[in-house]
Amino acid sequence: MAQTRMRLLIGKVGLDGHDRGAKIIARALRDAGYEVIYTGLHQTAEQVAATAIQEDVDAVGLSILSGAHNTLFPKVIKLLSEKGAGDIVVFGGGIIPDDDIPGLLAAGVAKIFTPGTPTSDVIKFLEEEVAPKRANAR
Amino acid sequence: MADSKKPAGGRARWEKETLGPHIEKHPERDVEFSTVSSLPIRRLYSPEDVEGLDFDNDIGWPGEFPYTRGVQPTMYRGRLWTMRMFAGLGAAEETNARFKYLLKQGQTGLSTAFDLPTLMGRDSDSPLAEGEVGKEGVAVSTLRDMEILFDGIPLGEVSTSMTINAPAAVIYAMYLAVAEKQGVPLKKLRGTIQNDIFKEYIAQKEWIYPPEPSVRLIVDTMEFSAKEVPQWNTISISGYHIREAGSTAAQELAFTLADGIGYVQAGIERGLGVDDFAPRLSYFFNSHNDFFEEIAKLRAARRIWARELRGRFGAKDPRSWMLRTHVQTAGCSLTAQQPMNNIVRVAIQALAAVLGGCQSLHTDSMDETLCLPSEQAVTVALRTQQIIAEESGVANTIDPLAGSYFVESLTSEMEKQALSYIRKIDDMGGIIKAIERGFPQREIAEAAYAYQKQVEEGRKTIVGVNKYVAENEEVPIPLLKIPPEVEERQRARLAEVKRTRDGKAALSALHDLTAKARTTENLMPAILDCVRAYCTLQEMGDAMKEVFGEYRETSVF
Repeated sequence: MAQTRMRLLIGKVGLDGHDRGAKIIARALRDAGYEVIYTGLHQTAEQVAATAIQEDVDAVGLSILSGAHNTLFPKVIKLLSEKGAGDIVVFGGGIIPDDDIPGLLAAGVAKIFTPGTPTSDVIKFLEEEVAPKRANAR
Repeated sequence: MADSKKPAGGRARWEKETLGPHIEKHPERDVEFSTVSSLPIRRLYSPEDVEGLDFDNDIGWPGEFPYTRGVQPTMYRGRLWTMRMFAGLGAAEETNARFKYLLKQGQTGLSTAFDLPTLMGRDSDSPLAEGEVGKEGVAVSTLRDMEILFDGIPLGEVSTSMTINAPAAVIYAMYLAVAEKQGVPLKKLRGTIQNDIFKEYIAQKEWIYPPEPSVRLIVDTMEFSAKEVPQWNTISISGYHIREAGSTAAQELAFTLADGIGYVQAGIERGLGVDDFAPRLSYFFNSHNDFFEEIAKLRAARRIWARELRGRFGAKDPRSWMLRTHVQTAGCSLTAQQPMNNIVRVAIQALAAVLGGCQSLHTDSMDETLCLPSEQAVTVALRTQQIIAEESGVANTIDPLAGSYFVESLTSEMEKQALSYIRKIDDMGGIIKAIERGFPQREIAEAAYAYQKQVEEGRKTIVGVNKYVAENEEVPIPLLKIPPEVEERQRARLAEVKRTRDGKAALSALHDLTAKARTTENLMPAILDCVRAYCTLQEMGDAMKEVFGEYRETSVF
């Protein structure tokens, strides 16, 4: 059986309305052949976690440019694992200072992409980090 | 005669005799000669490129219709542009201190950045505000915060710009209430509220209510101010965010002016005379990397607005025809990589804004892709403006680039492209209809994606990002951090206000606001009563939401 395409959720959590990056990533990943769902704006962490589970995605990419990353990333990860979906990979991007990245990685974020990242880096990450996990799970 | 020795044949001859043989031996660089917006640029501009232009009608004289050369007769020889640095961080105390610092450094106007919860009409204690309080700007939930924000700043003497949109009427009322407390007559107040909801639906996405009630609130502020606060700019029609969302320069110009046309239309539909409110409309544009494109955009903006106001709306007062604009350098053009390079980008963009004839200017700080500006970074940015103003000599003469074959031709090209979009939007039934169809949103998303692809393919250069990349770079500048205590302090103050205010008076003011929202009455007086009773931003928003409902977007990507 041919393996199904990777399913991804691109999410905007909190009140942050900066959606240029999220939309570009969503489009680039769709063009690269993934199945992409975009949450739209102003979602709570609860809504994003629920959508991720309901849509049975392989990974969630969160875009945060408001400075609330240290609060919102860990919250989504905690909610996913509480609902038994800790296997869903969480990655993200936005205006995130280098100093905050180790803390986010320790909290379970798989990868943080900072401004200027080419979309091809995100695709490379998905192929190298997320695709093998799917192969193992199936 | 000397003239007879001049070679005849013009451009064709030059191309054949001089250019042709040269280019054969020395080909041009293998790059796309186009603006950052992908507008193709020709090798050379000469008189034939401006043949259709009529000096008096199209270019004209400064301070006169169609204002291509600027809105004031003397421009910067009379008064330099207002140097207005956008500031807002933490709670009201921190921003108040930054305001006082900037005024001491020679800044001439205040500009307030609010945090996200405030921009979305949410109080600092709302669950959705978690982690966001004071992060992107100052948190203001009640009049108490506003009193602290402007403590020790005489509101009769400064001009204050406030970047606030969906809850603009409420924040504006809070500012007016502070002025009352300082004993300053409202007629003396000068400043601007952004109050531009169309670009929120199009680009910035900080909305509360659907378009119709949102426009009603905006017209309420216009009507109220025309009588009570005559020196106040009631809308700052903003292209800035449209550009930041990834539009081209021509799209920024077109959608912003289409928004402006929408507001004038709404005012007229309310029964206001166009000349009673149009002079208080102002603009806010972006200044991006492409130097000449930005200059042309600002010159074209003035020409189009003047013609639309006189032609479409029949405005008689020259002040209605004038497009006055604030400009901010392009945050989206700055890079996290090699952040010092941003100083140079900002200087070029600021110079374009000045040569384009702006009335006020914010220069971005080098660290804005990493954090809120530190004091050191914001000082360099302000000094950049002061160097342009007082060292470069560009402020010595009016509209120095007028008459350049290139600049005039590009100005006309920007005008042409913008008018074609504006016509399309007219055909859709106006800007609200276009927004509901997702037209500007889709055009911008397309442009943003196309640009990203060009960058990734190396067809557009971003120094330090896709060319001249530094390995293992360390950020060489100190970053500003907002301590988490700010959120706690702000929530504690809000709780204190709620505990100590006259709860009955607050509740009755809120009921009255809901009741008035059901009528067609101007809501400013009822909002002011709520503010004076220390109702919170969110309480007032909820009181109106009961009647107005909430906006929901269908996302396109």
